[in-house]
Amino acid sequence: MNIFVLMKRTFDTEEKISIVNGKINEEGAEFIINPYDEYAIEEAIQVRDKHGGEVTVVTVGSEEAEKELRTALAMGCDKAVLINIDDDVEEQDQYTTAKVLAEYLKDKNPDLILAGNVAIDGGSGQVGPRVAELLGIPYVTTITKLDIADGGKVTVVRDVEGDEEIIETSLPLLVTAQQGLNEPRYPSLPGIMKAKKKPLDELELDDLDLDEEDVEAKTKTIEVFLPPKREAGKILQGEIADQVKELVQLLRSEAKVV
Amino acid sequence: MARKVLTLAEVRDGSLRNVSFEAIAAAKTIAEGGEVVSVLVGDQVQAHANELIYRGADRVVVIEHPNLKFYTSDGYSQALKAVIDKEQPEGIVFGHTALGKDLSPKLAIKLDAGLVSDVIAVEEAGGNIVFTRPIYSGKAFEKKIVTDGIIFATVRPNNIAPLERDESRTGSVEALAVEIKDLRAIVKEVVRKTAEGVDLTEAKVIVAGGRGVKSAEGFKPLKELAEVLGGAVGASRGACDAGYCDYSLQIGQTGKVVTPDLYIACGISGAIQHLAGMSNSKVIVAINKDPEANIFKVADYGIVGDLFEVVPLLTEEFKKLKVHS
Repeated sequence: MNIFVLMKRTFDTEEKISIVNGKINEEGAEFIINPYDEYAIEEAIQVRDKHGGEVTVVTVGSEEAEKELRTALAMGCDKAVLINIDDDVEEQDQYTTAKVLAEYLKDKNPDLILAGNVAIDGGSGQVGPRVAELLGIPYVTTITKLDIADGGKVTVVRDVEGDEEIIETSLPLLVTAQQGLNEPRYPSLPGIMKAKKKPLDELELDDLDLDEEDVEAKTKTIEVFLPPKREAGKILQGEIADQVKELVQLLRSEAKVV
Repeated sequence: MARKVLTLAEVRDGSLRNVSFEAIAAAKTIAEGGEVVSVLVGDQVQAHANELIYRGADRVVVIEHPNLKFYTSDGYSQALKAVIDKEQPEGIVFGHTALGKDLSPKLAIKLDAGLVSDVIAVEEAGGNIVFTRPIYSGKAFEKKIVTDGIIFATVRPNNIAPLERDESRTGSVEALAVEIKDLRAIVKEVVRKTAEGVDLTEAKVIVAGGRGVKSAEGFKPLKELAEVLGGAVGASRGACDAGYCDYSLQIGQTGKVVTPDLYIACGISGAIQHLAGMSNSKVIVAINKDPEANIFKVADYGIVGDLFEVVPLLTEEFKKLKVHS
């Protein structure tokens, strides 16, 4: 089976966010594989181990993303591709990323494409479904279970705001991973050693026969700002029963939320 | 500049979701005096059309088909594409719900359009329609504009104030016949796991539990408090990882980002990832045994104490309030 994973490098969830010169400050920040993409990688590896084939992990990003690609290889992916368009395309958005990924994938005959259901930085959740539509294949988002029968029939469990849908579909297919799909493995030491020798290709816009106009963003960020800092409020004092009474009063008359 | 703007109404459990009305309000801002057309899609949904008019839609287009009984991206995109081709809108607004998140990127490709997802505010400023949306799960925000093509956005439930309901509003309701076929993914079954009623992302009140809840059974007093307040129960990652509750309840940087009027955190220490998911709530109450817990730094009101003592007392107190009012 020909399996692809769409991966994004994101800020570590532990990181605090600061803004310098109107931009998110990346200086000194720790980066990780987007947590939802880790589920996608783990699932891809499990599908390959069961059905055979190859897993290629693909990212659109800067050179620094090589580190996260190596981690994915160490987890067990077979090949990695870094598509670096930073020098060619000034204005990028989800439209850009999806077009670039679809252009790369269109002659690769993917049977299964996996991605995270959302990236924890941009938070749009657009790129997976956009890529599927560009490739003309079906997709199912926020999945918590994936079963592929030998005939190519696929049964998926989809999380819909806490409820579950059991969905039947077929390959080729794109799915996006929801938490609970699996427990992503940590790279093993032999895995890390092997990863160093696995192929990691780097592509630019030219290699995909795309021009800047083809992928130019349709949206633009005009301002980035931090939420107002929350001040620590009132810690109530006295007997617990009295505190509870006071709290209800405060919520009613001061905060006016009940 | 007056624009025609389309909104998608959503029906769940036989009622229109509030986000349908919030989408109409957002559409009004984008329309700048132009027409707002709500689209109602499903199987037997026509009865809801007038409510959308009362909530501010100028016109409603109804698309009914047996193949639209369950949401599928193929079925719904065929319906929406048909109405978009007919109406030629300059703007589109969906709810940022499971349905809206799944459908909007597919339509954006069909329309060769950009898409601003998960919008919490929309305004006209300097000749542009400017959207505000959270990034890094609410650790920061960005303002975004559409630079090319149709203005397409999804709005996060519970953030944009709907218009006042007004039964004197009038508007036409039209049926549009669309052939819905060739569904490549079929919904075989829907398994209800959530309680009837309040969805976490739409709840005005959330009672959330952390590791301090200690067991699945420990969530019982939290459920009782949520019930009295007409709210929903949420959880921290710690509680989910420990197996006390389902991951679908998780609030945080992974999990759901919520913005209720009142967030009551019970036995939650307040890891940065959890704070990202809830610190934009209007009012936060923290109940925790540890006076040093991080959660107190963002709470408007704090009680240092055992949640198993405090929460039932709080439920009793709110019950009394309900009887009196």
